[in-house]
Amino acid sequence: MANSYIEVKNINKKFGSFSAVNDVSFTIEKGKLIGLLGPSGGGKTTILRILAGLEYADSGDIYFDGQRVNEVLPQDRGIGFVFQNYALFRHMTVFQNIAFGLEVKKWPKQKVKDRVFELIELTGLSGLENRLPHQLSGGQRQRVAFARALAPQPSLLLLDEPFAAIDAKVRKELRSWLAETIAKIGITSIFVTHDQDEAVEVANEILIINQGKLEQMGSPIEIYKNPHTPFVASFIGQSTIIENFHELKGFDHEIGSTRAVVRPEFMDLGKPGEINFASAAQKAVVKNVFFRGSNWEIEVQVGNHIFYAFRSLEKEQLRVGDEVLLLIHRMYAFNDNQTVIIENRLKEDPMPVII
Amino acid sequence: MAGIVTKKAGSGGDLRPPHISEPKIVKWILIAISIIFLCSIVLLPLIIVLFESLKNGIGLYLESIVEPDAMSALLLTITVAVITVPLNSFFGICAAWAITKFQFRGKNFLISLIDVPFAVSPVISGLIFILLLGTNSALGAWFESYNIQIIFALPGIVLATMFVTFPFIARELIPLMQAQGIQEEEAAASLGASGWKIFWRVTFPNIKWGLLYGMILCNARAIGEFGAVSVVSGHIRGETNTLPLHVEILYNEYQFTAAFAVSSLLVFIALLTIIVKSFIEWKTHQQQSQMQEVDHHG
Amino acid sequence: MFFFGKRNVLPGFRRTFGFTVLYLSLIVLIPLSGVVWNTLGMSWLDFWETVTSDRVIASFKVSFLCALVAAFLNLVFGFIVAWALERYSFWGKRFFDNLIDLPFALPTAVAGIALTALYAPNGWIGRFFEPFDIQIAYTQIGITIALMFIGLPFVVRTVQPIIQELDKEVEEAAVILGASRLRTFFRVIFPQLIPALLTGFALAFARGVGEYGSVVFISGNMPFKTEIAPLLIMTKLEQYDYAGATAIALVMLIISFAILLLINIIQAKSNKTSL
Ligand SMILES: Nc1ncnc2c1ncn2[C@@H]1O[C@H](COP(=O)(O)OP(=O)(O)OP(=O)(O)O)[C@@H](O)[C@H]1O
Ligand SMILES: [Mg+2]
Repeated sequence: MANSYIEVKNINKKFGSFSAVNDVSFTIEKGKLIGLLGPSGGGKTTILRILAGLEYADSGDIYFDGQRVNEVLPQDRGIGFVFQNYALFRHMTVFQNIAFGLEVKKWPKQKVKDRVFELIELTGLSGLENRLPHQLSGGQRQRVAFARALAPQPSLLLLDEPFAAIDAKVRKELRSWLAETIAKIGITSIFVTHDQDEAVEVANEILIINQGKLEQMGSPIEIYKNPHTPFVASFIGQSTIIENFHELKGFDHEIGSTRAVVRPEFMDLGKPGEINFASAAQKAVVKNVFFRGSNWEIEVQVGNHIFYAFRSLEKEQLRVGDEVLLLIHRMYAFNDNQTVIIENRLKEDPMPVII
Repeated sequence: MAGIVTKKAGSGGDLRPPHISEPKIVKWILIAISIIFLCSIVLLPLIIVLFESLKNGIGLYLESIVEPDAMSALLLTITVAVITVPLNSFFGICAAWAITKFQFRGKNFLISLIDVPFAVSPVISGLIFILLLGTNSALGAWFESYNIQIIFALPGIVLATMFVTFPFIARELIPLMQAQGIQEEEAAASLGASGWKIFWRVTFPNIKWGLLYGMILCNARAIGEFGAVSVVSGHIRGETNTLPLHVEILYNEYQFTAAFAVSSLLVFIALLTIIVKSFIEWKTHQQQSQMQEVDHHG
Repeated sequence: MFFFGKRNVLPGFRRTFGFTVLYLSLIVLIPLSGVVWNTLGMSWLDFWETVTSDRVIASFKVSFLCALVAAFLNLVFGFIVAWALERYSFWGKRFFDNLIDLPFALPTAVAGIALTALYAPNGWIGRFFEPFDIQIAYTQIGITIALMFIGLPFVVRTVQPIIQELDKEVEEAAVILGASRLRTFFRVIFPQLIPALLTGFALAFARGVGEYGSVVFISGNMPFKTEIAPLLIMTKLEQYDYAGATAIALVMLIISFAILLLINIIQAKSNKTSL
């Protein structure tokens, strides 16, 4: 591939008999910000540590810029790493922490100073350079860890759950700041998260990792619209799995599977009259109504299927027990290893969209 | 002894990948230094006691141990330990209960006071009881008028030993009970359990191994205390000599075999102490990992 | 001095607290205050003359110098031992780990005669130094070795848990920033161990200054040369010179408490910087 910067080929890693990374391959282009997303224990940290050289793969190859780096020491890989708990040097000041990697590289004193202050500026830590880590807030520590990793101008930045230890509000600010900063510097970066909002919002591309396997790689929108595996279909977005979907109106497709994933965005819900394709919709009963801040989440029952749909706050409020119409536009039908998008056949969409 | 498992040393240090461990050569040099150092400072002294005591045959060895002065020293030593350890245990439990289950100001100060005997030279620990209760002091004279002898007699030896071993059990229990908090006890109290019942049924099962740990350390020191006891004992052969003092007398009389034979008794007690200690450590370690498992599955 | 906070549903505070204070006073505080009380009975001049007499000064010098050297050697070797026990696996590791506790469990008098036998000119180890005219037993070197035996577990057992708890990721962070093992050790690992090392050093030193049992056998007890301060207290007591003994004791007590205070300060400081 032309401008692939990192290439990982068939790496495997076992801890004892437990397979933490299972035949994972991917390539990353220069300058991209990649999110490594997946459930806890899936092997995300392990992949990151193998890239950094902190852990050795049992088999498989890793190339940086076309060079095989399997045997290269972590010291020489030119990587910046932000640890989940930051791993700051707690007896060193902010300045000393950031300067560490530069002193190791024997930069002249004045250059070190200039570079450190440049980073302190960049990370908004001005005035804190003489503090010790225990005198900083969680978010500030995170910035120090980030600045320390960036200081020696690495060509690849790895971040392991950089926001995990920060409370929800600061976290949102910090992650957009981080995304902007990384874009500004233009450094290839991979960050681990198990928060899909975070991955979707920040990353150019997402790798979904589950039980040591790479389930899918692609842009957030691609993964969202076209999940390749049942796991991805149910992991990404808010989703409900339904059995025997062909019992539902418009979904009598014969495709050799009976289970499907439905997302709130795939449905319209309303009183009779509010729905456009009434003939394609099912009768449903409201079982529960949840206020979700910016909209209502409505739990409805159709036969013995339960669905969750959204409803705008602008519309008339629904109550438990109301009879409504539920229009399902599409769903992801899946069997053991693949997913297919199926559309409601009764809906005569004037402009069919095929994805 | 080599087979005993303790929690102290980490295991699997060699699993660390090369970038966060020392080169092999450095590692083996450090191990060699450690072993040579420990052998020459700790292990060889242990071995030489056994060697010297058995050098002139097992007959002489047994003779020196069953000899009446040695036996009376053994008896006195046991008496001192039997009085000291329970008293200090009771104190340790009371102190730990008051300190860990209640809030009051001056708590840290109280804890520091409990530590004081650790910082006092053994000889001074004996000296203070001579100053307080010796014939020259008012209190000593008062006791003497009732014909009660304290210094150069059993009570003085016990007091000095109690002073020296004072912090051991409290020091072991305080951090333990602190970590355990008071929720369980409060729950029991809210169910109407009495103080004793709360202690025996709720607190005691949680601290029993820590208590035993403190008790064996206290016991070892009570048996082995030399400086403090030496000051207050008066060195009356067959009467106020504990085992360590008896060792000293034999040694100063150039009865080396006998001195080492009696010492070997003390070595056995010390080894026993270490074995029990590492057993307790293994036991508590096991309990901890069980608790963690419960947490995971629960 | 003690103020009681909010009430608590648990019973027994008064009784246990009362007994604690009573027992503490009877066994520790009242006897200890006797030293101060008795020195107050001395005139300042007598006190000063006693504690600055040549023999007393010499004994302080011996005690402090030997305790200092022993604590320092324990610092170096104790650290190596703790590191080896924590980080490496080798044959007999468990055995050696348990051996560290021996000085806590073995009566000091036994340690004293055993070390003397070992390091005497004809002893198992002493004989190797004899040809070089190096005498160990009955010199200050002997005293230092006895104090090393006594102080070793203080250093090892203070440092060991800290080595165990070192955060692996902090080391890895240094490695990723390009640091060699040597630099990682000296710039990142070692500074984290300094408070524990200092504490262990101070504990070993404090114990060494007051130590009596293990030293009297190996020291030879020559006034001005190998006579330690606790032994001088003992000698004065045997001569019924209670005032002299008490004066020396007071000086030693003050120094011990100063060390204890220092340890507390070190601990408090290092607790503060922990994250
Ligand atoms: N050093 C190790 N020894 C044994 N097993 C390990 C080790 N490191 C990781 N594992 C196991 O490998 C699996 C993957 O771990 P990893 O830390 O990579 O997961 P993760 O995706 O980062 O999870 P999380 O989101 O919880 O951080 C886990 O089941 C973990 O228990
Ligand atoms: Mg992880």
